[in-house]
Amino acid sequence: MNRALYALLIAAAMLSGCVTINIYFPAAAAEKAADRIIDEVWQLKKEQGAKPEGNQP
Amino acid sequence: MNALKRIALLAALVASAAWAQGNLEINTPAISQIKSGMQARHAQLAPHYASGAVGLGADGTVALREASAVPLAQRQAVQGLVAQENADRAALYREIARANGHPEWEADIRNTFAQRWIERAQPGWYVQSGGQWSRK
Repeated sequence: MNRALYALLIAAAMLSGCVTINIYFPAAAAEKAADRIIDEVWQLKKEQGAKPEGNQP
Repeated sequence: MNALKRIALLAALVASAAWAQGNLEINTPAISQIKSGMQARHAQLAPHYASGAVGLGADGTVALREASAVPLAQRQAVQGLVAQENADRAALYREIARANGHPEWEADIRNTFAQRWIERAQPGWYVQSGGQWSRK
């Protein structure tokens, strides 16, 4: 009986941890995502068929 | 035994949630499409960043901050570019939030991008902070 209660408590704690992770905005992950998109939009990393001459001001 | 199994399952769930936090989903067709549009437009906008006509705003947009730096004949075209760029940027922030199942993150994503665009702007470009424009 007692063990079942413990298991339930642990499960509840873990579940609340899960919810916490998903509610808060993942700032570090967002920065990484932003940098990857900026690399591509501004062509800061020559990855996929960059056109060097099109970039000259 | 059954309880142990359940705990193991929950632990796996927690681990996957933690892993998911390491990366945001940005590889959806909608995001790719917006991105390639912005990439194509950048070639046209870059000279105007360099001249200071267009600057990077504090709110993750671009702005025509010095219209007189653009020859009159081109001014309308540049205004159009700025409007299109801002529409794409708004859509990008919204799509990233949606793709990650949190539409309410849109403003946070916009703020994150605003900081990164400014941080990574080239020397000589104009960036905005606290309502003031400054040259990098």
